[in-house]
Amino acid sequence: MKIHTLVVLVQDHPGVLNRAVSMFRRRGYNIASLVVGHTETPGVSRMTIVVESDNVEQVVKQLYRLVEVLKISDVTEDPVVDREMVLVKLHVTGQHRAEIVALTEVFTAKIVDVATNTMVIEMTGGPAKVDNFIDVIRPFGIKEMMRTGRITMVRGAKGHSGAELIDQAAE
Amino acid sequence: MSEKRTGAQILCEALIQNGVDTMFGIPGGAIMPFYHAMWEYRTDLRHILCRHEQGAGHAAEGYARSTGRIGVCIGTSGPGTTNLVTPIADAWMDSTPMLAICGQVSSAVLGKDAFQETDITGITMPITKHNYLVKNINDIAYVVKEAIHIATTGRRGPVLVDITKDALQATAVPDYSKKIFLPGYRPTVTGSKKQIKAALSLMLKSKKPILMIGNGVMMSEASAEVRVFAERYKIPVITTLHGLGAFPEDHELSLGMPGMHGWVHANRAIQEADFLMNIGGRFDDRVTGKASTFAPNARIVHVDIDPSEIGKNIEVEIPIVGDARIVTLSMLEEEPEEKLVAEFHKNAAEWLTYVRELQTKHQHKQQYLNRPDTSTMLPHDVFAALTKQLNTRGNYRVVTDVGQHQMWAAQLLDWYKPRTHITSGGAGTMGFAVPAAMGVAVAHPEDTVWAIAGDGGFQMTNQEMIVIIQENIKNMKIAIINNGFLGMVRQWQELFEGKRYSGTPLTSPDFQKLAEAYGWTGITVESVDQIDAAIERAYAIDGPVLIDFRVEREVNVFPMVPQNKSIGEMITE
Ligand SMILES: Cc1ncc(C[n+]2csc(CCOP(=O)(O)OP(=O)(O)O)c2C)c(N)n1
Ligand SMILES: [Mg+2]
Repeated sequence: MKIHTLVVLVQDHPGVLNRAVSMFRRRGYNIASLVVGHTETPGVSRMTIVVESDNVEQVVKQLYRLVEVLKISDVTEDPVVDREMVLVKLHVTGQHRAEIVALTEVFTAKIVDVATNTMVIEMTGGPAKVDNFIDVIRPFGIKEMMRTGRITMVRGAKGHSGAELIDQAAE
Repeated sequence: MSEKRTGAQILCEALIQNGVDTMFGIPGGAIMPFYHAMWEYRTDLRHILCRHEQGAGHAAEGYARSTGRIGVCIGTSGPGTTNLVTPIADAWMDSTPMLAICGQVSSAVLGKDAFQETDITGITMPITKHNYLVKNINDIAYVVKEAIHIATTGRRGPVLVDITKDALQATAVPDYSKKIFLPGYRPTVTGSKKQIKAALSLMLKSKKPILMIGNGVMMSEASAEVRVFAERYKIPVITTLHGLGAFPEDHELSLGMPGMHGWVHANRAIQEADFLMNIGGRFDDRVTGKASTFAPNARIVHVDIDPSEIGKNIEVEIPIVGDARIVTLSMLEEEPEEKLVAEFHKNAAEWLTYVRELQTKHQHKQQYLNRPDTSTMLPHDVFAALTKQLNTRGNYRVVTDVGQHQMWAAQLLDWYKPRTHITSGGAGTMGFAVPAAMGVAVAHPEDTVWAIAGDGGFQMTNQEMIVIIQENIKNMKIAIINNGFLGMVRQWQELFEGKRYSGTPLTSPDFQKLAEAYGWTGITVESVDQIDAAIERAYAIDGPVLIDFRVEREVNVFPMVPQNKSIGEMITE
């Protein structure tokens, strides 16, 4: 199945995330990742949804049936900036400390917490780079890990702002 | 206008301002403030007390489907609203404009498993077009306006408004003037000109065209326009279950109903057509049979107001997103070359003659009437008599339940006018007919409204009969096609499961006595020769009448397409 990245602008109402997720569940679509957050426009939230589907058009049409969904763009084929953040807590013994610090530098990651036997590293990058970082760091002993999921923005002038949509509707 | 009102009063005023005049419901703790207030508004806002919220919901559906206006039902928090879930799901499947108003526990205890607290917005999220939890009195007026707007525009559907008790009890100065702000909801109603032109030119190239019309034609009041279109181009018209009545069945272009229990000639026409335009139908699996085998030779145009319906079940060549009436009007504005049209007419006429020959060969309608043995009463005898009498006694509307009788009614009665055939199609909800017919009877006091139900489905909601008495409703009749079985299930058991009648034989009370207990007139009919007199009597009595037709028990609905087969493969006996 093909993996698609959708940028979805929604009205910032309670329950809107629930509606979107519930639609995916009941139609049997597989969400690989979903991130929501505020945008430049008050009242508008933005989701980046990564979904596996052979019929993404149907997914998009079903999402559009939700009253609070403003705009959906499939940016899978567009030039984009894709970012994800990961926090990794490593079990660290003295002998590996220097090696880990060196790797962190290679990946332009940050060590954000150091304790006697542990270290927390923060790393941001494209999904592939994050995968790669995790693979490299794994042999040292990952105690805990949390990835944020992907956020995506199209490069260049073309974009996805909710401001215009809100203005039009207010007229 | 600057006077303070309670939330409940604001709710009443907002409903009236947005065109509501009738509501069906049952009170209870959380919704009591609304009942307290509606008493003041009772001349403009009629409340009909039902006996079960499912009845209230179906009544609202009947009201809505027969008028095109919003149908309103009310339930109190907890069980009052969960009882509404079935009719809401039914309205969702059949795109019926409905507003469900629910009482909710006070906001202070919300989420604490308070007495009669149920997360009804959570429960109904997948079966409503939209829903709201209102906790603030200042949102009531606007939410009612927005909810009714959403329910009655675009693809119609149910909207639920859950209001906490404290919001109903609070007081504030109402503001009804807030304009609707829905940046994410802008249904496309005018079809693309380019697509419309393309559809017409594709049609004019075809030799075996079919027009299929469904619920959307009913909902957008497009019958007249569709008729002009069909007549101008002389295209045979197929009407789906929810399209029945949108095109008169006695019209020379009418082919009747397709699908699982549709007519052989209608299904064959679809399978042989080289062009099919579906206006306002959603290619339900009961229409298409096995989807991959549907209309294999046809180039398909699909007109639907909901883009998500297009390409969902059947791949189409030309999608047109728009309102059925507006799109049909745009098609009528097109003026294709006369030469093309003349050639098209010639081909279409030959095609129609061919389909008519098929029809003669597989003549169905009431062919059983020629049978030698008439000692037993078949359901068909009842429908033949009903057809005859309905057509001579003024306006009628028929509401059917779910099962064999539903299919016989669709097949054997004559449908001439929009919104005269009302049934539960998408959800197939047994128990629909009696309460929905009540809603229709309330909306159309001048028409005779027949509920046609099976002995099974009738027993799911017949308690609403007493509401007819309490409300002094005179224009409703019930016909029970009493076959002593959950007949449609029994038919499948007979045909596909070696007659193992597991869980389908049905004992019933004496329906005549039951009717009399409710204050109705009850009539029992046990043989063919009693049918006419019973219907005549039902018409002669100015008040509600129930007729219990005790028909032959094991009769099957034919023709039939077995599940997951092509509609080209019908069983006819
Ligand atoms: C609420 C509900 N429960 C079960 C069914 C499954 N079902 C479909 S048709 C049918 C039989 C209906 O029997 P009856 O009302 O007597 O009508 P008949 O088919 O005999 O005309 C059943 C049980 C249903 N459609 N709805
Ligand atoms: Mg029965």
